[in-house]
Amino acid sequence: MFKFSSASFCLRGTKTLLVFALFSASTAALAFDNFKGVGRPATPAEVKAWDIDVRPDFKGLPKGSGSVDQGQELFEAKCASCHGTFGESNEVFTPLVGGTTKDDMKTGRVKGLSSGELPQRTTFTKVATISTVFDYIQRAMPWTAPKSLKPDEVYAILAYMLNLSEMVPADFVLSDKNIAEVQKLLPNRNGMTTDHGMWPGAPAKKGGIGNGGVPDTANKACMKNCKQEVQIGSTLPEYARTAHGELAEQNRSFGPVRGTRTLGPEAAKKAADAGTLELATKSGCMACHGIKSKIVGPGYNEVVARYAGQTDAESRLIGKVKAGGQGVWGSVPMPPNAHLKDEDVKTLVQWILSGAK
Amino acid sequence: MVDIVKQPGRLRPAPENFLSDEQVKAVGSGRRDFLRKSFLAAGAALTAPLAARASEGDANILQNPAWTTSLGQPVAARPYGMPSQYESQLLRRESPGLARVGGASVSFAPLQGLFGIITPSGLHFERHHQGWHDIDPSKHRLMVNGSDDSLLKKAKVYTLDELMRLPSASRIHFIECGANTGLEWGNVAVPTVQYTHGMLSCSEFTGVPLKYLLDDCGVDYKKARYVLAEGADGSSMTRTIPMEMVESGEVMVAYGQNGEMLRPENGYPLRLVVPGVQGVSWVKWLRRIEVGDQPYATKDEAVHYIDLLPNGLHRQYSSVQEAKSVITTPSGGQTLLDHGFYNVSGLAWSGRGKIKQVDVSFDGGINWQTARLEGPIQNKALTRFNINWVWDGKPAILQSRAMDETGYVQPTYGQLRKVRGTKSIYHNNAIQSWKIIESGEVSNVQVL
Repeated sequence: MFKFSSASFCLRGTKTLLVFALFSASTAALAFDNFKGVGRPATPAEVKAWDIDVRPDFKGLPKGSGSVDQGQELFEAKCASCHGTFGESNEVFTPLVGGTTKDDMKTGRVKGLSSGELPQRTTFTKVATISTVFDYIQRAMPWTAPKSLKPDEVYAILAYMLNLSEMVPADFVLSDKNIAEVQKLLPNRNGMTTDHGMWPGAPAKKGGIGNGGVPDTANKACMKNCKQEVQIGSTLPEYARTAHGELAEQNRSFGPVRGTRTLGPEAAKKAADAGTLELATKSGCMACHGIKSKIVGPGYNEVVARYAGQTDAESRLIGKVKAGGQGVWGSVPMPPNAHLKDEDVKTLVQWILSGAK
Repeated sequence: MVDIVKQPGRLRPAPENFLSDEQVKAVGSGRRDFLRKSFLAAGAALTAPLAARASEGDANILQNPAWTTSLGQPVAARPYGMPSQYESQLLRRESPGLARVGGASVSFAPLQGLFGIITPSGLHFERHHQGWHDIDPSKHRLMVNGSDDSLLKKAKVYTLDELMRLPSASRIHFIECGANTGLEWGNVAVPTVQYTHGMLSCSEFTGVPLKYLLDDCGVDYKKARYVLAEGADGSSMTRTIPMEMVESGEVMVAYGQNGEMLRPENGYPLRLVVPGVQGVSWVKWLRRIEVGDQPYATKDEAVHYIDLLPNGLHRQYSSVQEAKSVITTPSGGQTLLDHGFYNVSGLAWSGRGKIKQVDVSFDGGINWQTARLEGPIQNKALTRFNINWVWDGKPAILQSRAMDETGYVQPTYGQLRKVRGTKSIYHNNAIQSWKIIESGEVSNVQVL
């Protein structure tokens, strides 16, 4: 960077003196042996606590082992709610297992990736390094309690996933001793290429990665009569025009253009209602209140009826939602909701009073 | 009454002129309070007819508004300033259905309403892998160590107090998610530039060149050719960075963004800045740097952020964001107000250096004109381009095409798909087209 900027300044000649001043200031900083008084040596315990990464050559892999059976138990308790009992779920994240065959294990290339037979890629159709899966479970899973798994538990969960992928038998025990053997079975272990121009470091021929930055397209900056006709490959489908809400409200109301009105007032109200219902559900309101019926607390239709015509209904209800209360609707108390954001409470109350839908 | 007001020289009519027969009777009967109310009514009546006097000029000029005729708010009424109440429509937004959980999702920057090249920090796009935290800077540490002890003289720990004592640099760079425009690989899928290109932002970042820290730890650059960056969030996200980029001085450990500290959503109090490289490598909440002698194949470079090719292979360690541009005004989901003159404006950027030229077409790519580049044109930063246009009311297809200083020209959809197919997800830098129809409505189309 410093070389870069000094070169560009030098071209201007008159600025040369200034440039040398800047340049020497930068190199002076670099010339320090160390920045005295800044930083301290890391202790071995500190490095051990944080340095948990596992590389493709298994450097960093902790000692340990875990069986498919243990893994199944752990997976069902800690993983299945997001990933499905068999790692197949597409509900929250893309599936972990599926889409690989015994043949793929032999060739190390998942055939479905090129044949078009694969409806969706899973982790095991893509990953070429088993270390990656171990490393990620260990550092980031489970979703709400990352880093809570002990090494033996990580081995067990991974063993179960390998069994689901039909790579190992049901009585398999995965360990630091045999994980390198499992690597040789990974269905897409030969499925990566680094022969491209998008690695910003040294190229493969100099011991790095990639082709040294050679792009794979070669457009020309043609200026006149560049083609005979304009071929339109795709236009915006109607459902996509309206799926992102009211576009008129996603642009300024002044300036050279306006947002296109995509929903109209009625549809916009409907979309806003749907959004607020989601907010109400997420905030826990719908566990006790129905829109048109009493559950534990009053239905929103009853709330509207009671507060009809009261000018301070909104502020009073906001207060009640936040502080909670008891007695107005019977003996079951409404808990306080101090955790809700003020603007969310306001949105919810306005939605209820306007006849929640 | 309107007639009375319009009579020259009679701007303050006598009160009796405002009284109805009934009211005059009321006054006559001694109900004088009615008269007082009439004066108030007279004051209101003076203003109302003005709107009807369009022939004399704009009411917004003829009649001073409240903000010109009253006292405004004091200094520090809002100790941390906020945008005008009239700017509430430009927000970062999610694309429905893109992700099921907000902790591993994306919010897009509203490029359709932004000017120049700097993204306001509050509108910077977000991409989190396991949610964001607001980290206590006094408890945050940065560790530098080696995959092997022989790769450096000593592993070290730095506090924010210490990092902020070091020589700093401030540089303007764009950051673009590798998956930006990824929804559009196969066909048009989203309506506006916010959702097609909004995983893009540009800020002035301030921090310490990472090389200073590696020098300070005595890294053996002959052996350690790769760097692993790790975050302090739940996912402790990791990515491999080439040592060549660190040695160039470009990679920074940043704490500042647009003159203040980083926002929590953008990595407060520390993030890596890797200019020209996709956003996932700009590890947020940076807590550890490990130098190593081989790449790491982390989850986000071995399961995600790999580009599927038609032959079934995935490109791994694809990192650089190649030259790309997009017209932001006018753009999809907007409607032109009228025929006539428009300043067509957009953004261009390249992960390989500076933007050299941007050409704009109004006929779907048959003919092109070179746009004005607004300086200063900076290395691996957004560059704003503008071009004059008179819309004659006929259908048009607007495109922009960037060229960077290496001579690389942004490809068409046809060219890109020929090599990479339609399932790559990442690194879609094809030329964007906006179609304008007679009504002035602008929509997203793809020209091959």
